[in-house]
Amino acid sequence: MNDPGMNDPGMNDPGMNDPGMSVRDTTAPFVPRVTAERAAVLSNDLVNSEYRRLVVATGPLAASAAPGQFFQLLCPAAPGNAPFFRRPMSVYGADPARQQVEFLYKVVGAGTKGLADLTTGQTLDIMGPLGHGFTLDPAWMHIVAVGRGAGLATLAPLAQAARQAGIGVTAILSARRPDLVVSDALFRSHGATVLTVTDAEGTSGPAHVEALLRTLIAQDRCGAFFTCGSARLLRVQQRLAQEFGLPGQVALEQQMACGLGMCFCCVRDFNVRGEILHKRVCWDGPVFDLQEALP
Amino acid sequence: MTDLSVTIGSIRLANPVMPASGTFAEGLAQVIDFNRLGALVTKTITRELRTGNPLPRVAEVEAGMLNAIGIPSKGVPYFLRHTLPLFRQWTAPLVVSISAPTAELFTTLAAEISLPGVSAIEANISCPNIEEDGKAFAMRAASTETVVRQLRAATKLPLWVKLTPNTGDIAEVARAAEHAGADALVVANTILAMAIDLQTFKPSLGNVMGGLSGPAIKPIVLRQVYQCARAVRIPIIGCGGICTAADAAEYMLAGATAVQVGTATFLHPGAMIEIIDGLAQFCAQHGLPRVSDLIGALKHEEVDEDDVAWTGAAA
Repeated sequence: MNDPGMNDPGMNDPGMNDPGMSVRDTTAPFVPRVTAERAAVLSNDLVNSEYRRLVVATGPLAASAAPGQFFQLLCPAAPGNAPFFRRPMSVYGADPARQQVEFLYKVVGAGTKGLADLTTGQTLDIMGPLGHGFTLDPAWMHIVAVGRGAGLATLAPLAQAARQAGIGVTAILSARRPDLVVSDALFRSHGATVLTVTDAEGTSGPAHVEALLRTLIAQDRCGAFFTCGSARLLRVQQRLAQEFGLPGQVALEQQMACGLGMCFCCVRDFNVRGEILHKRVCWDGPVFDLQEALP
Repeated sequence: MTDLSVTIGSIRLANPVMPASGTFAEGLAQVIDFNRLGALVTKTITRELRTGNPLPRVAEVEAGMLNAIGIPSKGVPYFLRHTLPLFRQWTAPLVVSISAPTAELFTTLAAEISLPGVSAIEANISCPNIEEDGKAFAMRAASTETVVRQLRAATKLPLWVKLTPNTGDIAEVARAAEHAGADALVVANTILAMAIDLQTFKPSLGNVMGGLSGPAIKPIVLRQVYQCARAVRIPIIGCGGICTAADAAEYMLAGATAVQVGTATFLHPGAMIEIIDGLAQFCAQHGLPRVSDLIGALKHEEVDEDDVAWTGAAA
């Protein structure tokens, strides 16, 4: 199996991905590693004119979600208007102590419309945590997170995880307008340096972002790239990572049905040492090696 | 306690609930205990390496899903090295789903995977037969009989034959499969369908057409299980839109000995476990000591007097 974890010993869930490694004691009691449960909505508020932050109370397994992992949400909707599948949603925050999980989302379709209508006290059927999240190497002094759109939510939990690992973070957050930038306060609250780039200010183009990244590399503040949400910014980072021999990880999106690697609907092409292979975003990812991703 | 065991030919299953091929893989073991399932059914394997169909491979429709995944397969050596040892760790009987573009290639594959640890072969003859202008083997009784007879000669393992619902006379196809030596029938596969995106005017699937599954197809496939059960003596495994224990009970009453659950698992990963528990409850509520008491227990009212029938219709 083409396991992204093979190149990356720090990947957080090597067991089930490699059939050869997953033989377990069948006499042992079954312990789930993914939960499907009804989580109580604690809050579901607008954070700006487009994005909402949903906080749900969960059991300990869901609340153990790692940065970059995701949940499959059974989004509520009016009869006749309901999406058939669950909707994948990356974790914006997970708090094992308070047993909470947070999502940051924009209403774009039937699924997220149903989420927006949830009110405190209602429940949401969540399944997770799913997939392989980001991996942090404590040897890195400083990393760079580059995101746009929904990718800003996916990258956000890196801020706390990096701080706990003693790794500094510079976040380059891209949006159409300054008022649509999300996750900036969260990154700052964990001591990250935040640079916002926007279409409105003419600063979000790849040339400008590349200049920012070259400065950070020159300052030794880019031990690794972490990115999500922009194909053109991914390409900039792939080029720079090659040029400077830097590692990186990218979180990818794809239409999903099962979320557990069963249906093979969410495959994408990856370049693995020169060979083009299909991988399942839900099962082999959603976080992949930066250089393997093909936009 | 309800006795949940059922017998499919020479195989005794702890309960009648198993996954439908294609909708099941080891990832689900993160959520549910596979040792509780009646059987395990692999994704369809082929001898040839297949990457699958262009994207999008699935689409949502009212009460169901369309898929045209395209049977991605890493071939037999990969199956022997990885998939088979992986599934052997669980106690439930392992059913290996196979497919091939010709009857001869079907038999080669069946022989190659007739190995210890494999409890039965499920021949997915709903795939296109390149020797019959791409029509699925199971669309016609003659091509069904040919491929099943050759498969029967190629393996001593129990042979389950998965039929397609996309045929005019499924009972005739079922009889042909039984006559050629099938030990059981899986009824059925997905229903050929399509959908169009009204924003882009493009087909919703990259493959244009695909298979419909989910609650939308349940009444249709239930009818086909009923028709097949009346036509053959071998056990039938019902498969089509089963989401709940009530759905499973309905299939068993129509004549199914066991059921397969597919699309429901994508929405509720615990669906099969809930159906197993729910069947036990259902039997207890109806005073049935064994789940096998449900098989074909459909009651037919005798309506042989015209005036009675007409009075009923007018009321």
